[in-house]
Amino acid sequence: MELYNCSLEELGRLFARGEVSALAITRSVLDRIAELDAQVGAYLEVDENGALAQAEAADQRRRNGEKISPLCGMPLGLKDLLSTKGMKTTCASRMLADYRPEFDATVVTRLREAGAVLLGKLNMDEFAMGSSTENSAFHPTRNPWNLGRVPGGSSGGSTAAVAAGMAIASLGSDTGGSIRQPASFCGVVGLKPSYGRVSRYGLVAFASSLDQIGPITATVADAALLLGVIAGFDAFDSTSVKAPVPDYYQGLDREIEGLRIGVPREYFAAGLDPEVEAAVNQACRQLGSLGARLDEVSLPHTDYAVATYYLLATAEASSNLARYDGVKYGFRDTQAESLIEMYRRTRAQGFGEEVKRRIMLGTYALSAGYYDAYYRKAQQVRTLITQDFDQVFRDFDVIVAPVCPTPAFAFGEKVDDPLAMYLSDILTIPVNLAGLPAISVPCGLTAQGLPVGLQLIARPFAEEMLLRVARHYEQVSGWNGCRPQLQGNKGKAVR
Amino acid sequence: MMDYEIVIGLEVHCQLLTQTKIFCGCSTDFGNPPNHNTCPVCTGMPGALPVLNRKVVDFAIRAGLATGCEITRNSVFARKNYFYPDLPKGYQISQFELPICLAGHLDIEVEGGVKRIGITRIHMEEDAGKLVHPEYSGGVSYVDYNRACVPLLEIVSEPDMRSSAEAVAYLKALREIMVYLGITDGNMEEGSFRCDANISLRRWGAPHFGIRAELKNMNSFRNVQRAIDYEVERQRDILDGGGQVVQETRLWNVERGVTMPMRGKEEAHDYRYFPDPDLLPVVIEEAWIAGIRAGLPELPAAKRRRFAAAYGLSEADIEVLTAERAMADFFEAAVGFFPQPKPVANWIMAELLKFINEDKITIEKCPITPEGLARLLRLIEDGAISGKIAKQVFARMYAEADNDPLRLVEEEGLGQISDSAELAKLVDELVAANQDKVAEYRAGKVKMFGFFVGQVMKKTGGQANPQMVNELLKERIG
Ligand SMILES: [Zn+2]
Repeated sequence: MELYNCSLEELGRLFARGEVSALAITRSVLDRIAELDAQVGAYLEVDENGALAQAEAADQRRRNGEKISPLCGMPLGLKDLLSTKGMKTTCASRMLADYRPEFDATVVTRLREAGAVLLGKLNMDEFAMGSSTENSAFHPTRNPWNLGRVPGGSSGGSTAAVAAGMAIASLGSDTGGSIRQPASFCGVVGLKPSYGRVSRYGLVAFASSLDQIGPITATVADAALLLGVIAGFDAFDSTSVKAPVPDYYQGLDREIEGLRIGVPREYFAAGLDPEVEAAVNQACRQLGSLGARLDEVSLPHTDYAVATYYLLATAEASSNLARYDGVKYGFRDTQAESLIEMYRRTRAQGFGEEVKRRIMLGTYALSAGYYDAYYRKAQQVRTLITQDFDQVFRDFDVIVAPVCPTPAFAFGEKVDDPLAMYLSDILTIPVNLAGLPAISVPCGLTAQGLPVGLQLIARPFAEEMLLRVARHYEQVSGWNGCRPQLQGNKGKAVR
Repeated sequence: MMDYEIVIGLEVHCQLLTQTKIFCGCSTDFGNPPNHNTCPVCTGMPGALPVLNRKVVDFAIRAGLATGCEITRNSVFARKNYFYPDLPKGYQISQFELPICLAGHLDIEVEGGVKRIGITRIHMEEDAGKLVHPEYSGGVSYVDYNRACVPLLEIVSEPDMRSSAEAVAYLKALREIMVYLGITDGNMEEGSFRCDANISLRRWGAPHFGIRAELKNMNSFRNVQRAIDYEVERQRDILDGGGQVVQETRLWNVERGVTMPMRGKEEAHDYRYFPDPDLLPVVIEEAWIAGIRAGLPELPAAKRRRFAAAYGLSEADIEVLTAERAMADFFEAAVGFFPQPKPVANWIMAELLKFINEDKITIEKCPITPEGLARLLRLIEDGAISGKIAKQVFARMYAEADNDPLRLVEEEGLGQISDSAELAKLVDELVAANQDKVAEYRAGKVKMFGFFVGQVMKKTGGQANPQMVNELLKERIG
């Protein structure tokens, strides 16, 4: 097996024993990017020199006998809304096309301290708004399993890169499903941690009360390793939580016997693709075979989640994106004659259609006379949705559900129908509204060879439990490490 | 007598004396080069997040307790959304629905007694940056974000004031309390204590308030008074002419002495307030409030009552001595060493204030200590030096930062001549040498007595004990 197709866990072991160098791993992945990325379009920027230098530094650390973190020397990619000092951070927007931050996001600092190799910045929907990575201002990303299909979004670059071996793992962000849905479409593991588990400092905000950074990996064990490094309180983020970070990796193999799993009936409603439903049902049976007890449960306010989400997320976004006004950094229109006109023209040209649509929606939801009917009402419904989950978690340890009603759809299929696009997040959004941790693990392939994901949801800060259940499932499922067949431009066959 | 009742409410912005800004670790020092005190947080860079400075909450609670407010146990920061180049995030973090302090009051002195002015709310917020329009730049403007994210308290009064004099009395009282609390320097010229006024007129007995105008840009008590008076006249002229006052924001133009509509207000603002999701609610435990309450200083009104009772000083003296907390503390410390309030008060007001006002320093920076002043007064009391000599000693104590007047007196040989034999000899010589003047005096020219006293003082360089000179002269020529 090629190094680029190995897991973090395997490579970490080989690296720690000195059987493989960080430089070799990094070269393998960089070569893979050179071979494939013209087709996939996962990256917005590859920092080859930086990555090679960091790999050498990692090798040096190991040779010096320093204590090695599991991420040391591991080539990782970053969604392009994570601030990287001196390296462009564009959010896939024309607005920030040339923006180079003065500071690293906290997660980036933690990766650097762990000795990780940062390959570059991954494509996304502009400002994380979208479910297909078609909304990037620069180019779309293609699904490595089928180049005619979308990789999902908004972390489509992050998931496509991991699926195609163009990063051993990556970081994405999840506001309404933006890690789990593309992980499901690309057949990789995507973890959305509890709100507050991972610092958002340096994550360019879409909707502050919903955004959370999380790992995208080939295996559940890799997700545990990566989360272990990025999780924990950060004094620079008031909403990050002062709770101890367990050793997620060590906890993976503890027993799940006696586990109670809830299956929410609302998540298996009309519109669920039969192949997705079949794959998820099969996964449920396998979980049962592991000794878990499955029962149907109800999350009665699920129907209101999408509307609630699009009011709250757009309201926050309209405010978060106000800073892109052409005054201090980023794109500025130079034709304007007055200040107001400069704002208008800058924002009209700098933002894409979807971003503008959401800013307008959010501005409306917050405006005088509508606040009570929309924003405040949505906050109230958010509480009800959270209470639904609280109720279920009184009796159940984990909730199991599909990630997305369908497998990856074709390019352009939903791009002209925003409402249809919004509905592709219908099964992931409630988790963000309630601040819960959830994971997407591969649970099958459709007849057309498209991956299907299984969603597991746990109580706040119960990532350890979540990862453990996912790991047990992964081991019995047989989908672990399944990779797309992709032909590189050097004509090399892949597995 | 006017046909209208004047209704005034004030919004005061009070810049807090914290070391660091409200949401980041940048310094609040004044006068640094542009954009020196900045970081990704206060310049609103993408991805940067605010973290609340607890000291600001301390100060807000202190202000609230001192003005009789209720302290909100769960207060919330909100975003006030608008576009302006000096506003780095496109919104200002402020408080809206749930401010930290509610429903307080402040008592002011008005003709015929005390009047209570309601305080609607006090909330915490961040300041914005500042636009710079240099002449050399050819129309290009610059932004200085040093002030962005500097902590402010906004103190909003009820529309309880009925004249510009009441408004100024309220402002003065409020400023005095906030300075006493040590939470602001109260400097109006530098903008650390600034005020907007809402003014309307209504016919006596009318059930509703009239349409109001908001006045900005008043940077002294005098300007507040002038601007309000002008605005009252302006509105009265409109109403008398049968017109309607327009609800608008007006700027006070100091040079022309008029208020003018603020330009660039092309659309009504909808600030779209909502709770800031980057900041958690500010949860205040009872113990936090109790701790701050226990540490509250004596407030000016209470201090004045106590000074009147304890020291028997005149109202005017008390006014001066309690105008600043440091001044009152100095006075009380000095009285502790020299328990005669009146001379201590006189020396502070006549001498000490003259010196520090000339040097434009605060009393904290004054080189003379309360103990030093007390020793000087003791020397006068003991008859070791005259009042006149004491002034010389005082000047040296001030200039040399030497608080031991006794040493100075000895070094300079400034001690008073109370040796009766020495003085008697001097007086005798004078009388002998000026027999003509003695005759004049005896013939009824009483002024001549002063001539002899003056001559003795001149000969002794002012060191003669005046009382003894008087007595000796009376013996010889009286
Ligand atoms: Zn700062």
